[in-house]
Amino acid sequence: MRDVAVIGIGMTKWGELWKKSLRTIFVESALLALDDAGVDKIDSMVVGCMSSGLFVGQEHLASLLSDYLGKNPVPAARVESACSSGGLALRQGFIEVASGMSDVVLVGGVEKMTDVTGCEATFALGTAADQEYEGFHGLTFPGLYAMMAVAHMHKYGTTREQLALVAVKNHDNGSKNPLAQYPFKVTVEGVLQSVLVADPLRILDCSPITDGAAAVVLCPADMAKKMKKPVIRITGCGQATDTIALSSRKDLAWIESTHIAGQKALAMSGRKIGDIDLFEVHDCFTIAEIMITEALGIVEKGRGGKAVEEGLTSLKGKFPVNPSGGLKAKGHPVGATGVAQAVEVVKQLRGEAAERQIKGAKRGLTQNMGGTGGSSVVHVFEAE
Amino acid sequence: MAGIVGYGAYIPRNRIKVEEIAKVWGADAPSYKKGLMLEEKSVPSPDQDTITMSVEASKNALRRAGIDPREIGAVYVGSESHPYAVKPSGTVLAEALNATPEVHTADLEFACKAGTEGMFIALSLVQAAAVKYGLAVGADTSQGAPGDALEYSAAAGAAAFIFGRDKLVAETLHTYSYTTDTPDFWRREYQYYPQHGGRFTGDPAYFSHILGAARGIMAKAGMKPADFQYVIFHQPNGKFPLRAGEILGFSRNQIDPGWLVPKLGNTYSGSSPLGLTSTLDIAKPGDMILLVSYGSGAGSDGFIFRVTERIDEVRNLAPLTRDMLDRNKNYIDYGVYAKYRRKIRKAE
Repeated sequence: MRDVAVIGIGMTKWGELWKKSLRTIFVESALLALDDAGVDKIDSMVVGCMSSGLFVGQEHLASLLSDYLGKNPVPAARVESACSSGGLALRQGFIEVASGMSDVVLVGGVEKMTDVTGCEATFALGTAADQEYEGFHGLTFPGLYAMMAVAHMHKYGTTREQLALVAVKNHDNGSKNPLAQYPFKVTVEGVLQSVLVADPLRILDCSPITDGAAAVVLCPADMAKKMKKPVIRITGCGQATDTIALSSRKDLAWIESTHIAGQKALAMSGRKIGDIDLFEVHDCFTIAEIMITEALGIVEKGRGGKAVEEGLTSLKGKFPVNPSGGLKAKGHPVGATGVAQAVEVVKQLRGEAAERQIKGAKRGLTQNMGGTGGSSVVHVFEAE
Repeated sequence: MAGIVGYGAYIPRNRIKVEEIAKVWGADAPSYKKGLMLEEKSVPSPDQDTITMSVEASKNALRRAGIDPREIGAVYVGSESHPYAVKPSGTVLAEALNATPEVHTADLEFACKAGTEGMFIALSLVQAAAVKYGLAVGADTSQGAPGDALEYSAAAGAAAFIFGRDKLVAETLHTYSYTTDTPDFWRREYQYYPQHGGRFTGDPAYFSHILGAARGIMAKAGMKPADFQYVIFHQPNGKFPLRAGEILGFSRNQIDPGWLVPKLGNTYSGSSPLGLTSTLDIAKPGDMILLVSYGSGAGSDGFIFRVTERIDEVRNLAPLTRDMLDRNKNYIDYGVYAKYRRKIRKAE
């Protein structure tokens, strides 16, 4: 396998982008990434998108987007793995470059979610759950994560306030990210008084519905060095699947797919979790971040809530989690999230994260997840 | 100079509280009260509709105008709840006021701004000297689908304005319209309840047009917020008009007299017009008033009025808007409300 580097990143402001279409937001981010990489010609393109069919009635996405990017007849593929579509697109791009099949690969992620009503968006997102065993019985993602939260609270004594502290921390970080959908701070009290969605989760425990895209350009590390670009290598890549249905899991308070994907990615990079300087993880709900920090081994099982309380995962903590603001504050255009996590880590490793820069960051990890953990993708990035 | 000769309001006496609606749907009343700044809304009785309320409001306007109704050359009723899909409301109104048969009549629809549309047209005909007096009414018995966010606000009420060139209580100094094709709220034929675009109804719809029209008319007039004693924005909920005012630099003192929505609800075509009747009720000669309506679909009409000396003579010739809002209220529960609004019907 060849060493793979990220030589370009691109992302525009996320939010409710009423005046822009899916193709527009994708092309804007892709062009930024190509400009940043200083390349025009690409060998291949991979796009992560969860549900353009249900959100905007458009499939056949890879060809459409390569056309609007002006890259036809380049080979292009669209990758779907629910909310981890972006992370999986990155993995496919990584494999393609590492294998020697392609040299320069553009990896993008995109989702346009606000062209439909809230109910339609909830349904589209719900297709990431097991329709026969969950969806048809009326379960939606807030409900599923609420059950995981209750299980975690019951088993480990995680508190309602600890959940709120995840939102407070991520909005704190997000307030320093000009591209975030909700770049404002929230308080514990504000979270606890926000509208109840699915007990115990309140609206400020949930990531929002977002329009957005992100893109990165990959190439062999040797080529990157010759181009005299800051070389950020992808040194670890792990993926794992699990049952989609939460009811089939052995433990509702544990995300096994993230644990396995994390172990694989760290093993490939030859690093331990303690070697990592920052983490971008899939905090689709506040409880998710708590469980992910445990599954990745940042903290022991059951200690995720306590860790937030102690500031371990804050921007100035020992293991900063979600310096970008996470899905919570930055937004969660589902197919774009996994790629945007890579954009943030590369920014941090290049030292370009301005106000939210983690000093001297050399290694970063991204964790992107589908559904309640039916799929997880983890990448490790390292600066030279 | 043309302007308002007489104005009148009508608000039904039934009210339902936000808590009562929320209780039925298992919704969180405090979050509606805080988030949308709504407390209660008016509900029409079973025998009230856009036409009856238009008649009530217009009679109040005639009392203040003190004119012969047969001198009214145009009657316009703006509403999204005309009782008939085909058959005008305006003919019934004109007949009830004894303004027929030498009168031009039309029903207008433009979501929540049909009332100011009528005002715009009636004023224009008066300015063109095509008619001596023109009557415009904004009236609605608007409906929100059961359990929908709109159910907490969709209310009933009417406001009527008679425009002319003499006996003015308020001169119209400027008008301005701001319109784009922005589908944020709609109801197709044969649909009973309207649909809306959720959060899309905010920034790209309400705020874009309200702010566009307010800035446009102030630029046209060479005026700034501090030049007005009062301002009225369309009031789909309590929060939106306050935020619009804040963005533009208006104070609560300028907004509050016409800010009826927390206790009234959104009376759609009657919403900003009722804000104007309420403001005229307390205005003094010389006061400058800015009115900006909003109708989904979408557009805003702006008006700048200057109140005349005659306001003090006519103010008390008809019921005051705030009195109708605050007095003689009859609170009903959701069951009665459901019956009144024909959400449930007695078996034949």
